[in-house]
Formats: sequence, C-alpha cells, structure tokens
Amino acid sequence: MRIRPVGRHALLLDCDDPGQVERWRAELWRRRAAGELDAAEIVPAAGTVLLDGVPDPESTATRIAGWTPDPVTTTADAGTVDVPTVYDGEDLPLVAAHWRLTVPQVVQRLRDTEFRVAFCGFAPGFGYLTGLPPQYAVPRLPTPRPRVPAGSVALAGPYAGIYPTASPGGWLLVGRTTLTLFDVAADPPATLTPGTRVRLVTR
Amino acid sequence: MIEVRRAGPRTTVQDLGRPGWAHLGVPRSGALDPAALALANRLVGNPADAAGLELTLGGGELRLTRAGTVAVTGADVEIRVDGRPGDVGRPLAVPAGAVLRIGSPRHGLRNWLAVDGGIAVDPVLGSRSTDTLSGLGPPPVGDGDRLPLGPPAGPPAPVDFTVGRPVPDELWLTLRPGPRADWFTADALASLLGTAYTVSPVSDRIGARLVGAALPRAVAGELPSEGVVLGAVQVPADGQPLIFLADHPTTGGYPVIGVVDDVTGLAQARPGTTVRFHGPQR
Repeated sequence: MRIRPVGRHALLLDCDDPGQVERWRAELWRRRAAGELDAAEIVPAAGTVLLDGVPDPESTATRIAGWTPDPVTTTADAGTVDVPTVYDGEDLPLVAAHWRLTVPQVVQRLRDTEFRVAFCGFAPGFGYLTGLPPQYAVPRLPTPRPRVPAGSVALAGPYAGIYPTASPGGWLLVGRTTLTLFDVAADPPATLTPGTRVRLVTR
Repeated sequence: MIEVRRAGPRTTVQDLGRPGWAHLGVPRSGALDPAALALANRLVGNPADAAGLELTLGGGELRLTRAGTVAVTGADVEIRVDGRPGDVGRPLAVPAGAVLRIGSPRHGLRNWLAVDGGIAVDPVLGSRSTDTLSGLGPPPVGDGDRLPLGPPAGPPAPVDFTVGRPVPDELWLTLRPGPRADWFTADALASLLGTAYTVSPVSDRIGARLVGAALPRAVAGELPSEGVVLGAVQVPADGQPLIFLADHPTTGGYPVIGVVDDVTGLAQARPGTTVRFHGPQR
C-alpha cells in the first residue's frame, strides 16, 4: 500500500489488491468511529481508499503508515442482504456466450455466488459487487442503452451491480429485482453499503 | 413563500451541500461559492448553512408573499425591488407582494440570493441542495414554482455594504500535482503549468471543462475507478482537462493529474475565460 497526497485535504491509499482495499476500508472506518482518525469522507474504490476532508494530511499519512489493518474486522461488521432476483435479463445469452455456458448454467452461477459490495459509485446506492472469478469478466455494451430500468441486475468487467434508479447504462442485463436500493428516508440510505455480503436469490 | 415569476436560465436551490455520503455514491453538491452564499445568509440574519438560490446568468423575477429581507451576493448585477434599484452585497427590505428582479451579470456568471428564514424545501440527506448529477434534492427552479420560506431567524446584519470580489479576466489557480501525475508525460505537467487554457461553454456545476494544449499520457490503459475530490483536474481520453466542481461524481475512471486548491473563482468564469495554473510554491 502506498499513500499518495491529493490536494490540500485528502489522501489516496493506493492498495495492492481488492482484498487490501477492503481491509483498509474497514480499518479506517473503525479508527474513525473510535475517534483516532479525522476524515469527512472515507471512499473505497476498485484499488484505492480515498480520505477526504482531512485537516492535517501529512501527519495523518505518517500515522496511517504505522497502522496494520486487522484482517479479523473485515468480515465482522458486514451484514448479508438477499436480493430477490428474477433472471430474465435480455443480455443473458450474451453473458452465456462469454462464459461458454448455457443460460440456465449462468443463472445457477449467479445464484450460487456470494457477492460483496466492494464500493459504491456511478449513482447514489449503486454498489460494485465482487465475487465472480476473473475469467467471468464481461465487456460493456459498445453503445450504452439510453434507459436501464431501476432494479436491473447487470454485469460489467469483473463486477455485478444493480441500478438503484433508471439511468442510461452499458452493463449487460441479467435480471431484475423489486428491492429498494436507495431510500433517502432510510438509515443508511443505501441497502448495499461497502463490505455488505449480497446474494442474488430466486424465490 | 417565494413565487417564481421567471426562474432565469439556470437557477437551483443550494445550501452548503451534503458531505459525508461519498462512500454511498452521493455527490457533495452545495453552492459553487460557499462563502458567497454564507455572506448572503449572514446579511439577512440567517445561519450560514441556510438554503438560498444560486442563479447562473441571473434573469430571475421573484415575488415575496410576505415582507422580508433579501441579499444578493456574487457577480455584479442589476437588482430592482418594485423598480427601485438595489445593490449586490447588502440587505434589501422587500415589502409583501413586491417583485424582485435580478438582471444579467455585467461581469461573471453567478449570484446567490438569500431570504430571511431561508428556503424551506424538504431536506434530503441533510441538505436542500439540488444535485444536478444524481437528481437528489429539489428539481431546478422553474417558472411558476412556489418555494416555501422558513420563519425569520434573526435581525439582518447591521452593515451598509460589503466589498465583492472582482471577477478577473484571467483566472490563476493553484495546482498541486497528483495523485496520478505519474500517468502523464513530463511535458503534460509542463503544458498545464506553462500554457493558458480557456473555459469551455459545456462547463456546468459538475465540472469546468477547459480547452488548450492536450495533456499526453505516459501510461496507456484504463484507470480503475477511484475516489475523487473537489478541484480534481481529471483528464479524459481527449487530453483536455476538466476541473471537478460541487456536483462531481464520487468516483472517476480517468487519471487526476493534479488538484486545484480553491475552485470558487471558477463559479464566475464565463466560457472563454483564460485559466492559468501555478504550483503551490509560487
């Protein structure tokens, strides 16, 4: 892990792999809750954790360099969300071709995978779900759809994701859910927060 | 209540935004010049974080259904209360039923308007700001809208006028290289620090797009998405830099060559404005 300065009030923890991202995310959230870290935002992503709104980034970087993320805390705080999914996405045959499987086999693999929310981005409440093996990475559509309905379950790159609201999108559609993924009146407002385990279950 | 007779070309409700939710993909949002909104609020006796209006290129015509105190900050602009002229940067008494007109700025781009009591639309995740990227908060203000006002909080500030910040013809921004300056050639950073850029007309609350010398990459390929900050200078595939403003996405997939210390000057930068960067040691 390497710490890069970002402007006057932020730091970027450039991690070696997604597992390290998750360990540092959990460690930094825990340290902040314990009053040992002052940061307005702790934002995990694919290979980094951003700390923004840090009053003194230089001394904070020195202290972080002396910390070792505890591997035990990674799973301790993570809840599990079962997402009831109807597997009728129009790109299932395309995914099956990429994976060299039949459509029922693709659905079986998705149902059997334990996903985890690696990070959120793109839109409020949109979680990037990891858990598929690297060889199952799929390309985005060459031309994004102008409108993907809310609740669409989709794949792109190494990730699965669920559109919280209708939006344009280029991910491959494999199914849909009626589960609410973002509700400004809920606490937390997002159903899929970083670290949460996710299963795309059928009833 | 404010009756919006004419909203102007681009008017939104803004307060100091909704920080603290970036890990869920929620942008910060908020006034593009938070100090200017806070000043307008103080002038009318509001707390600094009350919601007001952010007008781009002015053009608003508003009617207050109750008597109130109003203040407009930001760009130099003509203000009229029932036809009588008013000044930018000082409290203005507006009788019930009077019409407040805000013209088109003579220089600069944006104004912030506070009314005593603040605009009392329902807060979303602790903020009344319109987020033009994600759609959170109230929709952009439109002709015929009626905006609720809160109860007046305190007396207006006992000041006659405040000194506004002039809008320069050429905007100098302090740039700190990183976190991904190493994705670019040495020439790229030299171009960014040594040549002039101009503000593109497609700039908005999400980012100020610049046009000038392209910034060549040393590292090919895609950067995995990572968290970005206000003022980040992101460089998309065409090599033309984009400076992230209040409604910026929480993560981005293009490398950030550097971060600007203070973006508030960009809130007044019309398309065509010259922008120059210098390092922090200058």
